[in-house]
Amino acid sequence: MELTRRNAILMGTGALLIAGVPLRVSSATEDAIAAFTGGADVGVGDISLIAPEIAENGNTVPIEVASETAAEILVLATGNPTPGVAIFKFGPLSASRAASTRIRLAGTQDVVAIAKLEDGSFVQASSTVKVTIGGCGG
Amino acid sequence: MASGVKPRVKVPKTAAVGDTITIKTLISHKMESGQRKDKEGNVIPRSIINRFTCDFNGENVVDVKMEPAISTNPYFEFEAKVPEAGEFKFTWYDDDGSVYETSKSIAISG
Repeated sequence: MELTRRNAILMGTGALLIAGVPLRVSSATEDAIAAFTGGADVGVGDISLIAPEIAENGNTVPIEVASETAAEILVLATGNPTPGVAIFKFGPLSASRAASTRIRLAGTQDVVAIAKLEDGSFVQASSTVKVTIGGCGG
Repeated sequence: MASGVKPRVKVPKTAAVGDTITIKTLISHKMESGQRKDKEGNVIPRSIINRFTCDFNGENVVDVKMEPAISTNPYFEFEAKVPEAGEFKFTWYDDDGSVYETSKSIAISG
């Protein structure tokens, strides 16, 4: 292939795409998870995270977390400047280990919920939310 | 002190013993995330409510640690058990040290 200017631009764009995509999971997210779990393995199981597929406005995105046997649930937004969202601790009088709230998302990203179950193990669920307008100013 | 902070909670007036009720809470607060900048490009300092708790007759229902990613006017919905008549107490803790409180009593029906 002759190296014309057009070809060079095409190749450059391709290289950027390949390099840029896998960098989504930030180390801040991993740190937040490690701080919550203490380095324990996180499996899949009894936890559900309900979030919209598409959020028009990243300033208020309704989410719901539920887990029948959770003692605590951590919610993280992996693409925010600071990934932490909230930690729900359920007391003896909570009827269902579920709560809903509204969160801010800076852009399209994965929202992750990790539950600490009563037996001390951890399970997680995640959901990708497509955000049209970001919610963290700029 | 954030101005115009007003907590609102929705709790049923009566319930049967052992019933599960849904509680909705909302508090008006600007929840400044500490990420935004003003016109001159200075970062607006963070000012959020960082903790919310709900107790019933001294026993905990939920305790939520909040980060700046919680939306303006934080809203929570959750379920609670009602073992007896009593009072739900809701408490919000502001970054600046203010504490906002409200409570709702519930009676036993039938």
